[in-house]
Amino acid sequence: MRQAGLTAWKTVEWLLLAAVGLIFVFPFLWMFLTAFKTMPEVYQFPPTWWPESWQFQNFEIAWSSGPFLTYVWNSFLVAAGILVLQLLTGVPAAYAFARYRFRGREALFGLTLIALMIPAQVIFLPVYVEMSHWGLVNTLWALILPYGASAFGIFLLRQSFMQVPDEVIEAARLDNASEWKIMWTIMVPMAKPVLVTFGLFSFIYHWNDYFWPLIMTNSNEVRTLPIGISMLKAAEGGKLWNVIMAGNMILVLPILAIFFFAQRHIISAFVYQSK
Amino acid sequence: MAKVVLKQVTKEFNGQQVVKGLDLVIPDGSFTVLVGPSGCGKSTTLRMIAGLEQATGGEILIGEQPVNDLPPGKRDVAMVFQNYALYPTMSVYDNISYGLRNRGYSKKECQVLVEEIAEVVGLAPYLKRKPSQLSGGQRQRVALARAMVKKPQVFLMDEPLSNLDAKLRNQMRVELTSLHKQLGSTFIYVTHDQVEAMTMGDQIVVMNEGQIMQVAAPMDLYQEPDNLFVAQFIGSPAMNIVPAAEREDQVWGFRPEKALLRHAGVSSVGHADAMDMHGHIVSREILGSDTLYHVETDKGRVVVKTDTESLLDAGSAVHVTVPLSSIYVFDRATGKRIARAENGVRQQILAGGVV
Ligand SMILES: Nc1ncnc2c1ncn2[C@@H]1O[C@H](COP(=O)(O)OP(=O)(O)OP(=O)(O)O)[C@@H](O)[C@H]1O
Ligand SMILES: [Mg+2]
Repeated sequence: MRQAGLTAWKTVEWLLLAAVGLIFVFPFLWMFLTAFKTMPEVYQFPPTWWPESWQFQNFEIAWSSGPFLTYVWNSFLVAAGILVLQLLTGVPAAYAFARYRFRGREALFGLTLIALMIPAQVIFLPVYVEMSHWGLVNTLWALILPYGASAFGIFLLRQSFMQVPDEVIEAARLDNASEWKIMWTIMVPMAKPVLVTFGLFSFIYHWNDYFWPLIMTNSNEVRTLPIGISMLKAAEGGKLWNVIMAGNMILVLPILAIFFFAQRHIISAFVYQSK
Repeated sequence: MAKVVLKQVTKEFNGQQVVKGLDLVIPDGSFTVLVGPSGCGKSTTLRMIAGLEQATGGEILIGEQPVNDLPPGKRDVAMVFQNYALYPTMSVYDNISYGLRNRGYSKKECQVLVEEIAEVVGLAPYLKRKPSQLSGGQRQRVALARAMVKKPQVFLMDEPLSNLDAKLRNQMRVELTSLHKQLGSTFIYVTHDQVEAMTMGDQIVVMNEGQIMQVAAPMDLYQEPDNLFVAQFIGSPAMNIVPAAEREDQVWGFRPEKALLRHAGVSSVGHADAMDMHGHIVSREILGSDTLYHVETDKGRVVVKTDTESLLDAGSAVHVTVPLSSIYVFDRATGKRIARAENGVRQQILAGGVV
């Protein structure tokens, strides 16, 4: 009796999960299938599921319609550069917030939390003006520097640094480790689950970011992938959906690859955390 | 190797003094145990020696050198924590070599030293493991190895065995004692367990409420306590305290094993060489070779420890006799011990204090 109830409940659970999964996967699937269709097939009604013939040249058209290699490289530089900067600023900030007692700590941390709530759209104008003062508009620096410190990252890391037992840090001090060394050889490895989570979040966010590069760049040398893809649309009058979807595939592929290869680490990171 | 000297050391937390002017000399190569009830300031004292807490006042010297302003890593001390405090993300090998690397030893030198220590503490097969893959006892050994490998002048240990089970704790006690003999360094060991203190230390510092009550070798502490606090803290079961025979300003104490217990039927004649009380047995605990009797006497409840040869039953009327030479006399107001020569026990008993 209880067994039957349990099985029924499990079935419901699985159905719900499958439904949610489908909602998430469907757009990707549609993008994937559309990327291989011919133009007439894209506009066909009722739509076909499976491409009638697989049009690999859509990718070629997308790739050769602009300096896509530059776009990819720029996107990578920007996303990776931001992440490195965010860690260089965030780790010491979080360590100080978590472990030091100093005047104004609460107030400063409060300010950090407020920064968490301000979207880029609110502050882009003054930042743009500043960047243009420094002559950085239309360089990769204008894409990297404004994101060099992450309130979210500081918040997450602080939480995880606070969990480290005092004695471990004291043992390291007795082992003659400098504060800098304690930070990077003791605290950071212990915060690995949080770092992996935050790293993925930040990298994906900036890899996909459309708004900021749109404002800060106006030449192909510094454009990033999302802008390049949106320009496919502009160039082709918004009609060649199959080519645009092929471009989008190029955009998401690296991220899917990261997930694919990092999966084991991501899972183990979370398992470690919940232990 | 070095001696450690504390001069008028105090520590305040939020304006509250928890260590109150300690004066203490810890001789070079000694095994000194700080013992006292919970919250008396043992850990705080140890942490000030380590440099993990800044002393509010006073001076700390390690081997003649004032260390008040030296950071922990520069004091040439090593500490073993109660919960081991191993670096969880590092292998056993890296845990042990971390301190060496931070002192500028090369990889090669580290390897030689770590492997040598691992052999000594029996960790050689586990060097590649993470702390989470070790048992409690093995983790304790890693913590020890991490301290030993630095060859510090002073070892500091804060209740290092209290997370181990009884059997392992006994074994580690023996190992630590022999380790101390082998290394010849100064050990400062904190515990609230007086048995641990008595079995391991060659100098015991009894603390209470941030002050030193007495510093002495284990047997001296037991036989010649300076004051009521030490008398009652050291020894299990605790020393019995009864009112003095005549003088209101004194109390008398005697150890449970120094009293004789006899059936009340046996005739008892008070004499000048013993204090005699009568009462009845309230309860009896058989501990194996020894038996504890809780006796309600006319001077209050006392505990008597005898061997198990002839058992008396609960409820029996008994005499408790304590030889004069086993009576300790304390000042009631200050708790200070009054020396045998001048305590006047004999006179008081002769004056009719025999009950
Ligand atoms: N960081 C701190 N802030 C405020 N008070 C503290 C701090 N550390 C210790 N104390 C106080 O100082 C007193 C002595 O503490 P300490 O840890 O030295 O005791 P202890 O003798 O080691 O006790 P135990 O046997 O329980 O470990 C206690 O009353 C404690 O509350
Ligand atoms: Mg303590």
